[in-house]
Amino acid sequence: MSLMDFSFIPIILSLKVAFAAVIIVTCTSIPLAGLMAKREFLGKDVVESIITLPLVLPPSVIGFMLLFVFGKNGPVGKLLEQWFHTRIVFTLAGAVVAAAVVALPLMYQSVKVAMENVDPNLEKAARTLGAKELRIFFTITLPLAWNGIVAGLVLAFARSLGEFGATLMIAGNIPGKTQTMPLAIYFANESGDTRQASILVIIMTVFSFMVIYGLNRWGKGSQKDRKGGGDHA
Amino acid sequence: MLKAHFEKKLPSFDLEADISLSNGILALVGPSGAGKTTILQCIAGLQTPSQGEIKINDKAVFSSEQGINVPIRNRRIGYVFQDYALFPHMTVEKNVMYGMPKKDNSPNKVLTVSNVLEMLKIEHLRQRYPNQISGGEKQRVSLARALMTEPELLLLDEPLSALDQDTRKTLQQELLRLQAQWRIPFILVTHDPQEAEMLGDQIIKLDRGKQETIKMSDKFNETLRKIK
Repeated sequence: MSLMDFSFIPIILSLKVAFAAVIIVTCTSIPLAGLMAKREFLGKDVVESIITLPLVLPPSVIGFMLLFVFGKNGPVGKLLEQWFHTRIVFTLAGAVVAAAVVALPLMYQSVKVAMENVDPNLEKAARTLGAKELRIFFTITLPLAWNGIVAGLVLAFARSLGEFGATLMIAGNIPGKTQTMPLAIYFANESGDTRQASILVIIMTVFSFMVIYGLNRWGKGSQKDRKGGGDHA
Repeated sequence: MLKAHFEKKLPSFDLEADISLSNGILALVGPSGAGKTTILQCIAGLQTPSQGEIKINDKAVFSSEQGINVPIRNRRIGYVFQDYALFPHMTVEKNVMYGMPKKDNSPNKVLTVSNVLEMLKIEHLRQRYPNQISGGEKQRVSLARALMTEPELLLLDEPLSALDQDTRKTLQQELLRLQAQWRIPFILVTHDPQEAEMLGDQIIKLDRGKQETIKMSDKFNETLRKIK
């Protein structure tokens, strides 16, 4: 087999899924973490448990639940079919949903801990300076939780890229359509195509390393800018 | 002008505050845990009193009877925190500008960042970050930041306690000068009776939530003499 026979499609699909999932996870986990870190309300512990649940459940259970919710006769699946004439099961969107659900608790936890660690006196000081809550969130809490956000991004991206079980159940293994890298590696190996499997393994490892290394460096650099760097004069 | 009369139930005792201050510096002195900071936080709106009334320039900002509890941001009170609470990710200039009222809110504004920085002798620190300046300088930045909001009352929570003797003496003089210049009432919390004596036109001693006035303002004494 020459390199010409090698299929790059799983790589492109995986990247599409991981980037889309990270965008969804970022947009949901930051406001969610802000709410949970700074507010008290009835049933907070229940909400917290639900968000964290995908972290402890086996991917097959999550896949099963997603199939139930988004399936043809599921509560959300039915609505999607009726209103938008679209479906999520056995599509790339399904893989994005699966990746987002499993990656959410990782980013959420990381951001929440970072926000809880922001000195409440700084937020109080901002309040005495006339700032409204939303301004405090964007100008104080969020920039000071920066490290946690970067760490969360790294974890969420890595988890989305590596998602296998839930993806297989909701998006299936359709080559060229929903077959992401982890699935392609598994099925190539199963069918004895070790060459395809090993090239994908190498690409995935190197790429994951580069993303994580780059994000970490970026996080450190921008944190230094924000904190001003340098020692006490 | 501040008039505050309120109670706050705390886990180990009930705090009672009865404060009246038109101008000058009121020093609140007492041991740790006496309720000094709680009084400041109730006035600022960071804590809610159990009952009572707080009026600034004859406008109620809190009244349990009338159900008034004006949000902190609308109380026009400057607050200087014990640990300065400077935003570590912003330069001195950005810190000081954070609470600056928008132009349309105060069209006659003459106060600029440069004025305030100059007044507190920190003009040269504009572009530094809080971790690049000394404790005394941090305190000056913190004061500048609070004054920039053009407050009607300034609350200072043990502002000098973390500083060395020399810096402390300089800043004590500075506070007296600022008060005379700004002409708004200051409430200063301290655990040091000497500092209270030196800075306070009025001194209130606090112990386990009970207050005892040990020095009246000269104006008050004058009024008393006239009555007699």
